[in-house]
Parts: sequence; C-alpha cells; structure tokens
Amino acid sequence: MKLTGAEIIWECLVREGVDVVFGYPGGAILPTYDAMTKYPQIHHVLVRHEQGATHMADGYARASGKVGVAIATSGPGATNMVTGIATAMMDSSPIVCITGQVGSKAIGTDAFQETDVTGVTLPITKHNYLVTKPGDIARAIREAFYIAKSGRPGPVLVDITKDAQQLTAEFEWEAAAPSLPGYRPNLRALPSEYARALELINTAQRPVILAGQGVIKAGATAQLLQLSEVSRTPIAVTLLGLGGIPASSPLNLGMMGMHGEAWVNQAIQQADLLIALGMRFDDRVTGNLKTYAPHARKIHVEIDPSEVNKNVHVDVALIGDVREVLEELLPSVGTVDRSAWWSKIAEMKGDSAVRDIQTLPDSGHLYAAHVINDLWRLTRDRETIVVTDVGQHQMWEAQYYHHEKPRSLITSGGLGTMGFALPAAIGAKFACPEKDVWVVVGDGGFQMTMPELATAAQEKIKVNVAIINNQFLGMVRQWQEFFYDKRYAATPLTGPDFVKLADAFGLKGVRVTKRSEVKPTVEDTLAHNGTVVIDFRVEQEDTVFPMVPAGADLDKMIRRPKRDILAETGADGEWQMPSAAAGSADSGRIVIKAATNGHGKAARKTAPKPAKAAKKAVVVAAAKRGKPGGKRSLTRN
Amino acid sequence: MSKHTLIAYVEDVPGVLNRVASLFRRRSFNIDSLTVGRTEHAGISRLTVVVETSEAGARIVEASLYKLVNVLRVDDLTHKPSLMRELGLVKVLVTPETRAQVLQLVDVFRARVVDVDEKSISIEVTGTPEKIVKFELVLRPYGIVEMVRTGAVSMARGHESLSANPPLVRAEVTGQPADHAHDTSGLAMSV
Repeated sequence: MKLTGAEIIWECLVREGVDVVFGYPGGAILPTYDAMTKYPQIHHVLVRHEQGATHMADGYARASGKVGVAIATSGPGATNMVTGIATAMMDSSPIVCITGQVGSKAIGTDAFQETDVTGVTLPITKHNYLVTKPGDIARAIREAFYIAKSGRPGPVLVDITKDAQQLTAEFEWEAAAPSLPGYRPNLRALPSEYARALELINTAQRPVILAGQGVIKAGATAQLLQLSEVSRTPIAVTLLGLGGIPASSPLNLGMMGMHGEAWVNQAIQQADLLIALGMRFDDRVTGNLKTYAPHARKIHVEIDPSEVNKNVHVDVALIGDVREVLEELLPSVGTVDRSAWWSKIAEMKGDSAVRDIQTLPDSGHLYAAHVINDLWRLTRDRETIVVTDVGQHQMWEAQYYHHEKPRSLITSGGLGTMGFALPAAIGAKFACPEKDVWVVVGDGGFQMTMPELATAAQEKIKVNVAIINNQFLGMVRQWQEFFYDKRYAATPLTGPDFVKLADAFGLKGVRVTKRSEVKPTVEDTLAHNGTVVIDFRVEQEDTVFPMVPAGADLDKMIRRPKRDILAETGADGEWQMPSAAAGSADSGRIVIKAATNGHGKAARKTAPKPAKAAKKAVVVAAAKRGKPGGKRSLTRN
Repeated sequence: MSKHTLIAYVEDVPGVLNRVASLFRRRSFNIDSLTVGRTEHAGISRLTVVVETSEAGARIVEASLYKLVNVLRVDDLTHKPSLMRELGLVKVLVTPETRAQVLQLVDVFRARVVDVDEKSISIEVTGTPEKIVKFELVLRPYGIVEMVRTGAVSMARGHESLSANPPLVRAEVTGQPADHAHDTSGLAMSV
C-alpha cells in the first residue's frame, strides 16, 4: 500500500489504538494536518500552546495508563514542548511527541523555524528519532510507542521532516515491527537476590514499606496490601504514590518526605528495614542523605537499574516490575509479630491530629486546607480525578484530599512544573470522560497556562477548576518566610478577576471567600454542565506544615505549631467537630487551637486586595477588630 | 576515585556518540578519554571510555549506558585482565647536539621516528596511557612543538571473544530476543 508519509503517521496512530491527539499546526507539520481529515476516528484537540499539548498527553497517559500523543510543528512549536517533555521524563509518563521538521535538504541551514529538536530533547526523552524518509516513519513510530510504554515509561519524540511527510512510501505495518536489540525493558533480578530480600523481610523488627508511583504504574495495589498485611509492615507513600493504596487503609501511614507527616518520617528514620517499591529516593523524600534512615537495611524494587544505588546505597536490589517482583516474593513472606513497632508509630503520631488544621471548625477565615478537605468530603463518593499543580496547594491537596484509588491524583512531582494542572486535567478528562476531573491549582500556576480554558471551552468538556488564590507565590513566600527573613521578593502576585476571566472564555466563574460558601459552590459546580472556575480567596500567608527544610535531616521537621488559643462562640454547623478538638472545650466556649497564618508579618503589598480575605492575614488584627454583628468574637489568650 | 575503563558496543546510527557524551555530561561524570571506531560487525561501533569515578559511580555509568536504546552491550574492563593501548604523535625540536639523545629515547620507549627535518623529529609512540605520559615528560626539555594522543582503546585478554561472555548487565533479560548468553551468576546488582 503506497501512502504519503503523513498518511503513514495516522495509519500508525490508528493501529496503536490512539483515539485522541493534542496538537497545534504549523508549516512543517501541515502535510500531516492535511492528511488528518482522512482519519476521523482520531479526535484532534487544538491546544493554545504546545506546552499544553504535552501536558494534556501526559495527563491522558497518567489517567488511562495508555500512551498520550502530542503533535507540534518545527522550531518554536517543538521548543514549546520542552517543559512538558521534561515533566513526563521526570515522572515516567508514557507520551509520544510528533514534531514536524524543515525539509531534509534544509536541515543545518538555519532555515525558517528550524531547530535541532532531537538535540534539544536528547537529555529529556527516553529516546528520540529524526526521520528524513517516508519509508522510515512507520518503524520510528512503532518503536516510539513501544519504548514509551515498556519498562520504565517515558516520553519519546519523533521529528519528521516535511518532505518525509509529503513523499510516498510503501506502508507495511508488520514489516515495521520494533527492532531494538539494545533495549532491555524486562530485566529480572536473580533468585539469590530474592532469597536475600526475603531473609531481611522476615527478620526485620521495624520495617517500613516505601510505595512510589511504580506501584500504580505496575498495578500492584493488591500485592502491596497483601505484603503489608501478611508481614505486618506499615506503608509510607510518596507524593506520586498517593492513591496506590487507599488512604483509609489502616496499613497506610501517609505521605513521607518534605511535607509528609512527622510520624511517617520518624518511622522511616527509626526503621531497621526499608522496602522501597517503585520509588527513586528523590531528595524531597530523603532529606539529608547522610542521615537518612541510618539504622535501616534497604531493599529496592525498581524497574530501572540505573536508579539503584544512585542516591541511597541499598542492600538488595530487585530489578523488575513491582507487581511481578511482589508476586514472586509473597508466597515466602512470613508473618512476624510487629505490634511493638506499630504501637511505637502510634505513639509518634501523638498530638499531630490535634495540631492539624482540618480539625478546626469555621473561624471565619478561609483556609486552603479547609477548602481541599471540604472538596474531598463532597466528592469522595464520586469517581474523581484530582489534578494538582505545584506549590502549597499541591502539598495541602496531598495532605487533605484522601485518595482511595490509583490514578485518582495526577501531579507534577519530579520536575515540579507550574502550569501543569489545567492542561493535564483536560488530557485526563479525555482519558476518563465518565469521571469528574478537578483541577486544584494556585493562582500563580494557573496564570501560566490559563489560556487552555479556551481549549476546554472549544471542546465543550467539563473540568472543575479550584483556584487556591492567596495572591502570593505561596510556596516561595513560605521559603522566604522561613529561610530569607521574610523578605518577600517578587512573590506578591496580582491576578485577573478570575470570575470575569471565566466569563470571557464563555465559562462559569464563581468566587468563594467564606467557608460556608464552599459546600454550595462545590455542589453547584458538580451540577453545572460545563467547565467551572472557582476563585477560592484563601488566607494569604498560610503555611504548609510540617516541613523538612531542604537538605535537613528527615526527622528534623518544622512541625505544625501548637496553635494560638482562640475562643470561638459561633457554632460550626456545617461540619462535625472532631472529638480531638472538642476535648479541649473550655467553660461553655469552644476553645480551639487557632489556625496559624504562618505567623509571618503581612507582606508589603501594593496589589489591590480582595474584599473579604484581604484584611491582614494576622489573627491578632482580626481579634482586635472583632467580628461584625457580634456573631463571633476572637480573643487571644 | 580511580580510572575505570568501559567498553560499549553501540549501533552505528546518527547521534549515538552524542547520546553517550550527553549521558556523561548530564550525570556529571568526567571523561578521561573516549574513542570510537568500527568493529568486525557491520553497523556496530565500539567505544572505549575511560572515566574517573568511584566503584559505585562506575556501576551507575554502566547502568545508564545500558539504558541508552542504541547501546548493545557494556563491559567494565577495569578489574579484568585486559590490554590497553594508546597512540601518540610527538613533534620535538632538535639541534645537531640533541638529535642523538632524542633518538636514544625513541629507542628506549620503542617508539618510531616517522618524519625528520632539520629542526625537528616526529615520533610515533604506542603503549599504555601512562607510558605516553612518561614519553612526553622526557621529551619536554627538548621542546615539544606539537603533540596529539588518540585516547585509550582496550580489549580483554584471553581467547574468548567478548560476545561469548556474559554481559555485565546485573539482571536477567526476558522477553527480548537474546543475542547473547545471559549467565549472570555472580553479577548481582547489590553491592
């Protein structure tokens, strides 16, 4: 069958099972766009920026487990993809990027819109191809899909010259099967390694399982829970591992790392065995490597041999797919009485629940933690995917939205890409149209890729955007507060009126300034047939606790402060007060540990402040002022 | 930290040298020397990389090289009986008085004179990198005009051809067409 190179591209995509591609046309990819009209079975989503296309392909891939596809033209189209490709690389997300390239004869002449894209993306792709002949296209694309999804997944870029798209070649699918003699995605550890691992697992006194994204990618939830249950081993999860096991499972300690819970990090530091599953000991989870888990032997179950001993020296490495390795281990895992270890962890948990902001009733302030926790309560019974960006809201989401299922949280972990959430959510919605997709995003990150709202509007899809708007680049501000003596350089941030902005895109926009408005707004949003943008005006100088300062020992955390005692007369009708906080009731008034505002002084800000949340974020100010109408009075003890 | 000599068979495709070089740069490994050339198999090139790193670093280099799709096999010859050779060309100034001395040194180092004119001698010297360093050292007082070294190439000793040896990947390969044996006993990943 003789086809043009452009037609071969689409034939290959159809055969790879692609149903949607995210892209942006341009000169060097025009032949491919022209041929697209012959392939109506593939839906093309026109993005507003090529970065969005790669994030959408990424979100699609993470939500579905399939390969996401992004298309762009040469030069600027391809370089705009770089951030999205790097994001997918760091988080091992299988995407295939197809870019147009100038004609093969023009390569190297600095032709219009020419960039050495395979050179630029070399260190941030799992592999890439430059195709200059139509006859080579099919094999390159088949290999790209195979490489992207096998072994440790990752992005693959195929750069195809314009003449290769225009010229014809014989298309034979079977003859174009991948031929990759040097590619070894299915490595297996030796039996002797399994024996050593089992000996460690069956003799440890204080083991902890560290569950990463590999658990989700391998679909190893059941095996992991079985390992934990049989061996009575608690599980700590990484940010990208959230959802790998249910948050409600008693075996689940919670998230580890820089903003993980203190008792989780303490358990890791005191453990005598770490069983790391599909995680790579990122600096955000280890803190100071020199003092990391000093008493622990380490077993590393990892599909990528180059991750072993990269950051943390391990005693046993089990190379392979997490599920396959666990299935091999499980029959020989014995049950050991580890109740002493569990009670030790319970003891370390201590007063953490009391310090936690989510135990607080409504104090008149809108806290991001409340918004996210309320969002969780209101969406927990629905099939929901939450897509987060990067920053404070991302950590609050990880702490206060409790994920029960794999692939229910999509976030940029490794690269920490601001602007990731909205486009990735659009991609996730295309992967799972039957599920609710929520974007939880800061006002900073949202402004990086907010034109993709137009994509959502044009495609008539529904993603629910919750902007956690504190008019600050909050996480940077928090670092400035802790480590730069509160010099808030370039972190106060003016945004547009997000309600009017949504309106301008033809979408619904809502502003929320009080906690009592959260529930009705979320309910309205769920009922609304279309994308909704909610502008949550939260406390401006709120702080993510606990925190391990970068490079510090993992158990040297900045804990949640014992909160200022605030008296509150107003009853919190909306939510039941948890017993831990209710226990400190005092003489008819509910005495609570007040939410902190990060105890930082208010920034010198010239930006106009929103009406409600604006008043100085300092609680003392609120206390002096009192609350209008005598409904609530705040005093400081 | 010590010198590690790795050899890698790679597919002879455009950009493969770039991929290898980029890997070393990206992971902050310092390349001492890197040579590449054709092999007895069409379409397959062979690299010899000498890299200054720790034992653990060498394992990371090895695993990272294997991760490159175009890399077929990797061998660390550092702790194996092996041959290592490098070629150097040195052009050194001579006068009627020093010419004999230089020729004597050429003899001692079993080097070869490849060009002579009234003011200089060009010498070809082959041997281990250490020998070439030493040769340079003894010629320096006479005035080296120009010098070039090829970088080291290396080969395991013994009659077994490399492809019959187990690859140094420290785990079994499954599911992929095996082009060589996979006896990996004693090559456990753990250190």
